[in-house]
Amino acid sequence: MIEIKNLHATVDGKEILKGVDLTIRPGEVHAIMGPNGAGKSTLSYVLAGRDGYEVTDGSVTYYGKDLLAMEPEERAAEGVFLAFQYPVEIPGVGNTTFLKTAINAIRKYRGEKELDAMQFLKLIREKTKALGMSDEMLKRAVNVGFSGGEKKRNETLQMAVLEPKFAILDETDSGLDIDALKIVAEGVNALRSPERSMLVITHYQRLLDYIVPDHVHVLAAGRIVKSGDKELALELEKNGYRDFGVSEAA
Amino acid sequence: MAAQPETVEQVRAVTEQKYKYGFTTDIEADVAPKGLNEDIVRFISAKKEEPEWLLEWRLKAFRVWQTMEEPEWAAVSFPPIDYQDAHYYAAPKKKAGPKSLDEVDPELLKTYEKLGIPLREQEILAGVEGSEGKSPAIAVDAVFDSVSVATTFKAKLEEMGIIFCAISEAVQKHPDLVKKYLGSVVPYTDNYYATLNCAVFTDGSFVYIPKGVRCPMELSTYFRINQANTGQFERTLIIADEGAYVSYLEGCTAPKRDENQLHAAVVELVAMDDATIKYSTVQNWYPGNEEGVGGIYNFVTKRGACRGRNSKISWTQVETGSAITWKYPSCILQGDNSVGEFYSVAITNNFQQADTGTKMIHIGKNTRSTIVSKGISAGKAQQTYRGLVKILPKAEGARNHTQCDSLLIGDRCGAHTVPYIESRNRSARIEHEATTAKISEDQLFYCRQRGISEEDAVSLIVNGFCKEVLKELPMEFAVEAQKLVGISLEGSVG
Repeated sequence: MIEIKNLHATVDGKEILKGVDLTIRPGEVHAIMGPNGAGKSTLSYVLAGRDGYEVTDGSVTYYGKDLLAMEPEERAAEGVFLAFQYPVEIPGVGNTTFLKTAINAIRKYRGEKELDAMQFLKLIREKTKALGMSDEMLKRAVNVGFSGGEKKRNETLQMAVLEPKFAILDETDSGLDIDALKIVAEGVNALRSPERSMLVITHYQRLLDYIVPDHVHVLAAGRIVKSGDKELALELEKNGYRDFGVSEAA
Repeated sequence: MAAQPETVEQVRAVTEQKYKYGFTTDIEADVAPKGLNEDIVRFISAKKEEPEWLLEWRLKAFRVWQTMEEPEWAAVSFPPIDYQDAHYYAAPKKKAGPKSLDEVDPELLKTYEKLGIPLREQEILAGVEGSEGKSPAIAVDAVFDSVSVATTFKAKLEEMGIIFCAISEAVQKHPDLVKKYLGSVVPYTDNYYATLNCAVFTDGSFVYIPKGVRCPMELSTYFRINQANTGQFERTLIIADEGAYVSYLEGCTAPKRDENQLHAAVVELVAMDDATIKYSTVQNWYPGNEEGVGGIYNFVTKRGACRGRNSKISWTQVETGSAITWKYPSCILQGDNSVGEFYSVAITNNFQQADTGTKMIHIGKNTRSTIVSKGISAGKAQQTYRGLVKILPKAEGARNHTQCDSLLIGDRCGAHTVPYIESRNRSARIEHEATTAKISEDQLFYCRQRGISEEDAVSLIVNGFCKEVLKELPMEFAVEAQKLVGISLEGSVG
């Protein structure tokens, strides 16, 4: 279970999160919606532990542990996964090498035996097959020259391989056409399980047609101002964020 | 992205312990008195029991050297070197030169064991059998201070007519070959450090691959400076006769000392018709401590002559050590259709300085050269790529492609690219690409979010950056080099 309590965070001295409260139970999918500048991406970076995002108050308890006290790589090893809005390119580093380094770092942290080349290859073949991905993408350097859709699928593949307990999807729909969106959503849906919780961050409702959440929250000006079920997302689609005192032009 | 104060701290913490070859070996040494004069040159020549012509050659070089000025054009700075305040010859004490490994001082063998250099052929052979031929055998020549202490696999190579021995031994046993080629690529008047080397060189390796022979194993030399206040002036000469092939690797280490020690080597390569020489260097001399105290001055002249048609010389270097590196492995592309290649990774951290690059001199028709240089700078290090591509009037159809990439880690280091291009033939095609990048905070965070520690992330990113060069190294050393890249930059995140 993930419990976010009264979370305040600043970026460059400016307060962006002003007391976020949120509880996510295993298996649940929560959506966070909100206008630009509401603090959606800040929330995802704070949870993942990015430098420069300073928590000034509040707490995040992650399966009984103090998440905020951990380094980003420790959070990853504990099962926190962030699917990036803009996946980063790493020239010269093969996708396979990257994934193998990541999974073995995490296994080592957990006291599990590292996978050898054969075991890893077997695992990655299974996962790409399940996601309907081609091997060709594995041979290329991490995200280098990938289309928007390929980048997001690559994030999904990483998620499938690293099997997180808590996945944060930051604006996964951005930069995707409807076909690419469907493919990525299918991949994400295939990873839904009773042990895995997800936080889906999005500006638009359309992603939630494909990844249907259990709960929807509206984040505006650094606070969760309304919570509901998936109907809330449709309501927002119709009325925009004006009801929350925020102009869309922000 | 600015360096975080804690990462600066990390750099400090890690770099001190990273140089694991900093030990000294307690061994009785036969050392020439300090200073440099004609008597010292004669002393060295006499120690080596050299023929008269070689002594004369040394003396000529010494006289020229006395008239020369130290070059000042490189982007490096260091206090003046007192050439009189060093020993120009140091050898582990022995009654006579070691005839076999059993005669070699056990302390020395222990040193090489610590360095991970397999000297005992038996062990290597056993190892090869055990691993089902997975790692091909490597013949090693080991140079300790001024003398070569052991060359392995000599007998096996001799069967094929390959000569691989200490250059001092070659002077005795193959004087005609040495006389013919020594100084034929780097003349004794070449430059300040090379000329000094001609006068006082002590040992090094000699390789001759006869016509049509493909050398079946990697040949390797390990250089080690042990004695305090000594310079190491080794001389390597490699000749690949018509249609021959050889792949050669050199590695180097030195103890940690507060004084700077001079290493002024000369390497000459000669490739005849259809011959190929692949020369790889993993240079890990002591770089000095994190305050910039101590370390090796690595002032080296390396040059290869593609004398024959369709000959090829390929330099691959991974330079992580030395306080100062001044080094431009070059190719003289004389034979028609000959090929020169230069693949370089240079890493400088803390106060290290490197001014390195290459020269490709196109003389023959349809000569081609490729330059790929990857420079990584961290800490307060300064690094310069300096390269010359020269196309002479008769080099019809010559082509060059140069790619120079620099990667900066932190905000107090520098990278500079100085390409010189001279073309005197209108049919020549010369391309130059250069990029400078920083390891971005985005890349680091992305890796860490996937569970990879900051240090491993830097190593991963830098190895990716250097990939094109590292893949040129012989398989057995590529893995080692990858690790070295990681170690050299441990904690240097910015």
